[in-house]
Amino acid sequence: MSEQKFEATNLVKRGLAEMLKGGVIMDVVTADQAKIAEDAGAVAVMALERVPADIRAQGGVARMSDPDLIEQIIEAVSIPVMAKARIGHFVEAQVLQALEVDYIDESEVLSPADYVNHIDKWGFDVPFVCGATNLGEALRRITEGAAMIRSKGEAGTGDVSEAMKHIRTIRGEIAALSAKSDDELYVAAKELQAPYPLVKEIATTGKLPVVMFVAGGIATPADAALMMQLGADGVFVGSGIFKSGNPAARAAAIVRATTYFNDPKVIAETSRGLGEAMVGINVNDLPAPHRLAERGW
Amino acid sequence: MREHIATLESLGATAFPVKTLAELEMADGLVIPGGESTTISKLLVNFGLMDAVRKFAEHKPVLGTCAGLILLSNRVEGALADQQLIGGLPVAVERNAYGGQTHSFEAEVVIAGEAERVAFIRAPRILDAGDAEVIAELNGEPVAIKAGNLMGASFHPEISGGKRLHRVFLELIEKMQAG
Repeated sequence: MSEQKFEATNLVKRGLAEMLKGGVIMDVVTADQAKIAEDAGAVAVMALERVPADIRAQGGVARMSDPDLIEQIIEAVSIPVMAKARIGHFVEAQVLQALEVDYIDESEVLSPADYVNHIDKWGFDVPFVCGATNLGEALRRITEGAAMIRSKGEAGTGDVSEAMKHIRTIRGEIAALSAKSDDELYVAAKELQAPYPLVKEIATTGKLPVVMFVAGGIATPADAALMMQLGADGVFVGSGIFKSGNPAARAAAIVRATTYFNDPKVIAETSRGLGEAMVGINVNDLPAPHRLAERGW
Repeated sequence: MREHIATLESLGATAFPVKTLAELEMADGLVIPGGESTTISKLLVNFGLMDAVRKFAEHKPVLGTCAGLILLSNRVEGALADQQLIGGLPVAVERNAYGGQTHSFEAEVVIAGEAERVAFIRAPRILDAGDAEVIAELNGEPVAIKAGNLMGASFHPEISGGKRLHRVFLELIEKMQAG
């Protein structure tokens, strides 16, 4: 008798993200960079055409990466490979699933394809990670089928202040829900613009039902440890590594700081001699139309 | 890791995360959780814990799930050329043998006589169980094994709330302490 296998269940989709907890996911644009990330101890890589800092600098429409590039990266490493699709671009997502990437990031870093709808992620076997700036946004993405959440931050800036704002907002909103009585949760659901059963679940458990990483602006080991101390399950580092002076050393240092996030001595030691950090842009100097975190809703 | 700790504590054990040599020395048994085996092995080496964990695994109880099984196995197909293993289990496994994430699955397996639904996530396959005792099978293939002080499983019992494998592991720790 053959036992039945159940593929693409919620548990299996969310489960892979569980395995990445405590780790660092790095943006890479070539197979060589993917190897450097893997050697440094990344738990996964995000394959994309241009890192956010370059998307910002060069402008234009940012799309899904070339399938050749994604395949080269899948070939080059044995850790999970994620890739980005534009918000609402379900055909890019279909293509990425056909390429057998391990996770799809429906990402505001790319130019949105739909300014109304996100992708219906339940229709896919491959799991999705989505960005969120607040709890309501996170819950709407989970309702659409996201199996992992990353707070958005402001990608490509090297400025950690937006990442800080988003994780504090989400944590604060979760804590506020936990303090509400049952009869207040109906209005809370209305205010969060999220389904009541999910709001009720979070009020009861005090946490999201999926893993939450932090992204957007993390450039140093101390930035990564900061996010972990604030309760992140792990960190995404985009432009911060390959736009810095010594990517291999910086990548390894950020991994180490993420593991030993509570040990300032280790963070001090690992922050030494890393060369130039990415130059960065202050988020306050960015005019509103250039803020990526405001894409998606 | 958090789920392993919760499961062990629900069974009455004291459990804590191990990141340093001092923490390792306090433990009577060690669980090496899932994750990416290449990442875990690099971090064990980079953070200076590999030799200590190898020594621990020579005589103390260790349970490896998914990536942990790979690290405990003596022979690994699909390992990176420079991937360092802990070793000790007389078995051969293949990394990511079921395919990428879209081929990850849940299934019901019988673990030491009790059925439980567990998750196989980018799971390794046990190609040859050698002299090890098979404690769970899926479609006639071994998916969990035990040999001396070491145990390994292809699957994740912890994320679906399963406790059977942890119970067997705690019994192993007790038996070794008594003996």
